[in-house]
Amino acid sequence: MRDPLSKTIVEIPFSGIRKFFDIVNEMDDAISLGVGEPDFDTPWRVRDEAIYSLEKGRTFYTSNAGLKELKVEIAKYLNRRFSLEYDWKNEMLITVGGSEAIDIAFRAMLDPGDEVLIPQPSYVSYVPCTILAGGVPVVINLKEENEFRLTAQELEDAITDKTKILVLPFPNNPTGAIMERKDLEAIAEVIIRHDLFVMSDEIYAELTYQEEHVSIASLPGMKERTVLINGFSKSHAMTGWRLGYACAPAPIIEQMLKIHQYAIMCAPTTSQYAAVEAVKNCDEEVAAMREEYNARRRYLMHRFQEMHLQCFEPFGAFYIFPSIKEFGMTSEEFATEFLRRKKVAVVPGTAFGDCGEGFLRISYAYSLENLKVALDRMEEFITEIREEKACQS
Amino acid sequence: MREQILNYIEHNSRIDLHDLAVLLDADETEIVKEIQQMEQEHIICGYDTLINWDKAGIEKVTAMIEVRVTLQRGMEFDKVAERIYNYPEVSSVCLISGGFDFMVTLEGRTLREVSDFVSNKLSSLDAVLSTKTNFILKKYKDHGTIMAEQHKDERGLVTL
Repeated sequence: MRDPLSKTIVEIPFSGIRKFFDIVNEMDDAISLGVGEPDFDTPWRVRDEAIYSLEKGRTFYTSNAGLKELKVEIAKYLNRRFSLEYDWKNEMLITVGGSEAIDIAFRAMLDPGDEVLIPQPSYVSYVPCTILAGGVPVVINLKEENEFRLTAQELEDAITDKTKILVLPFPNNPTGAIMERKDLEAIAEVIIRHDLFVMSDEIYAELTYQEEHVSIASLPGMKERTVLINGFSKSHAMTGWRLGYACAPAPIIEQMLKIHQYAIMCAPTTSQYAAVEAVKNCDEEVAAMREEYNARRRYLMHRFQEMHLQCFEPFGAFYIFPSIKEFGMTSEEFATEFLRRKKVAVVPGTAFGDCGEGFLRISYAYSLENLKVALDRMEEFITEIREEKACQS
Repeated sequence: MREQILNYIEHNSRIDLHDLAVLLDADETEIVKEIQQMEQEHIICGYDTLINWDKAGIEKVTAMIEVRVTLQRGMEFDKVAERIYNYPEVSSVCLISGGFDFMVTLEGRTLREVSDFVSNKLSSLDAVLSTKTNFILKKYKDHGTIMAEQHKDERGLVTL
């Protein structure tokens, strides 16, 4: 029989830490600091709107690009929160989560051989989606000494004459790093000078704890070079609704829409009706969740300092990325041993790129009570392995 | 600062003050001082426990009684309220706008105990014109807390 599989897809490796995940999923009594989604329920008023839309029988397809009402409200929201100006008619597309937007943006923009610059540690889908779109991923390894921000020099060093897109994943999963206005201005200058485009994944834009998030698309000369990706999963605790959106110059949106139309048809109708309520009337709920995350973030930083665990202070998303280099173990060894001895699951930094070696991703999308128990166990574990190490030497 | 403290302890009065200081990015001694002051100023009036008596298997009867009153010189709302709230079996008294004047919440061990109180004590007050007793059949939510058991965390242990 002929090989049924595509070489391209077969050659994309499974995530290296799949083995670790298999071990985690076999443990029933483990607790976790490992999830990448909010612990809050979707605000009730949003769920209520979804139920109402079902009662009303709104179960048809929407237009391919999404409900007009939703797009109009998103345009207002982006303006109110991030000073962005997008025309809902031809510069916006409602997608099945931010994930779909990432995929179809690459497919709409890349020709075979085009290079995509991907800063790591970062979310896992940029590299495979680039390859599936025929592009060539080029990883930029971010450094802890820069608080995992991307510097203009790092960007400049990675650019070749094949470079087309820079992925800008901030606020960042897994590091919690943010890019402030001054950082973005330096990046924008390089982008414009080299005539490149940016895919700015701003899914955590609502979750910053120092200053308000700045979108690179709001900087002069950058809107025409940026595909902005956002959604409702993190900000409104709506991961399971699968709803995101892309904003970009009309010619890019037009081609993305073509792919979306053929492959997806439209984003889930119920989710779209619910999202109208989310984007229109939930600023207060979002702010309350942000406050709660921020309090937990401070609590975790405080505990890590007490444990003398090296860690830069992250100001975005809901992750902390402490270094475990002092223990002489790999991230995966540490995570596996921590799980075995204390039954706490954390994600090894290497899940998000090779340069995540020596780090752990700790999520604070958990109630304070849960965090306390997990952090107590972490303290015990660290004390144990420090003592063991001292005995050996 | 006070508002932040109050917002936190309203739903978790047992929180460790050291933790609270970290959560609010404040100094622990400062927090302790503020709380003591608010206790003295009677801004913080008490630290009650929210109990699901049904679950504990202990029977309680709670009634919400609508009370209409008539006022006389020297016997204003506050005075009437005082006559009512001084009874230990009364758990709350509120002045209400609308068709009646006071909402009185009463807790007793039996239906009889509550009705005795209404007929013997409450109705016999000079100021009281009429009462309407509503017995609580089931309590779903109290002080912002849903009484039913909260659902478990059903998220996967690790997601990227």
